[in-house]
Amino acid sequence: MELAAGEKEEILKHVGAVLEEFKTTRESLVPMLQAVQKKVGYLPELAMEKIAEGLDIPAVDVYGLATFYNQFRLNPPGRYQVKVCMGTACYMIGGKVALESFERRLDIQEGETTPDREFSLERVACVGCCSMAPVVLINDMVEGRVTPTRVDGLLLEYKDGEEKISEENKEEARTKGADNSSSNEEGERSA
Amino acid sequence: MSAKVTLTIDEKEIRAANGDILLWTALENGIYIPNLCAVKEREMPAASCRLCFVEVEGKKKPVTACTQPVAEGMVVNTRSPRVDRLVKTAFELLISDHRLGCSKCPKNKSCELQKIAKERGFRLKSKRLKRLPKKEYIDDSAELFIFDRSRCVLCERCVWMDRHVVNSGVLGFSRRGIERSVTTFMEKKLAQSPCAGKCGKCVEVCPVGALSFKDKSERENGSPEGP
Repeated sequence: MELAAGEKEEILKHVGAVLEEFKTTRESLVPMLQAVQKKVGYLPELAMEKIAEGLDIPAVDVYGLATFYNQFRLNPPGRYQVKVCMGTACYMIGGKVALESFERRLDIQEGETTPDREFSLERVACVGCCSMAPVVLINDMVEGRVTPTRVDGLLLEYKDGEEKISEENKEEARTKGADNSSSNEEGERSA
Repeated sequence: MSAKVTLTIDEKEIRAANGDILLWTALENGIYIPNLCAVKEREMPAASCRLCFVEVEGKKKPVTACTQPVAEGMVVNTRSPRVDRLVKTAFELLISDHRLGCSKCPKNKSCELQKIAKERGFRLKSKRLKRLPKKEYIDDSAELFIFDRSRCVLCERCVWMDRHVVNSGVLGFSRRGIERSVTTFMEKKLAQSPCAGKCGKCVEVCPVGALSFKDKSERENGSPEGP
């Protein structure tokens, strides 16, 4: 995953802070990774390398630990985080089919993020609404009875939605700019 | 430490230095005990392959020979119904996710799994357990050797070698459960890793066909089957 502009500095800043905050012994590895993930949103390669250097352990050990625990993610969360339920009910009725459809449509595997960072895909255990199985969460929106056709629909919806939102924002900015030139800056920011 | 002790393994009287490890004492005296993960120079054995179980008289349950120091008057039996059952199950578990196809494997006839099967009369197939072969992953980027993850038994020998003898820290484990595998940082190809796959020490200790030297495999592939 390519780092976004300015992300490298951001990562180095946070990792530096974490290395100062914790004791540089192996026992601190899990809390350190947790702290970095909380700040950065995921564990980038660079962060793992720097932590390994700081603790003087092989980088592959940090990678091994990060892949051992489910709580760590190695890819950045997408703007839309797709979570496919793999609870018993969802799994039985075709959650796997839904997950595979997302994988095919987004051209990523479970646990990965699209290169434009729009969508990330992961599996979760029971969401708690088994009557709607198979369930998919997109950010905090619950979508029920997700068939492969519905997957296409959902993706279109979110891709289109994004365009609509940005167009609205642009228009807003334009009208605001016409009303009062001093609020121009604010409009740009919201766009 | 240098004091000698006398013990009995399979009714054979053996003298060994006090503090020696049972597994190596037996092997040096021509008594075979199956093993995969044991490294003699290693202080704390991994004891993860669960194949070197033996019965020690006076102990309630079978013990792993790689962790058992010898003692004066110790009576050891390498075979018993309990031992055989434990070892057989451990072996079947190893085989259940191992990519078979021995005739195409570079370690054919020098493989520890084959040796254990022969010694103990096991089959290289498990009828009892469902087969869940590992996903095929072959890294042939290194100059000297090939890494075939689907033939790996996770014995940790290569990782130990890499850490404690070569001191490179390139190899390690990732993931867990059935997906556990020997890997490099971020699953990079060996050629891109700091060691670039140049020394081949890890290949020397691999008991199975997961790590194998290229020139040997070429020689074997170019046998009668080839055009």
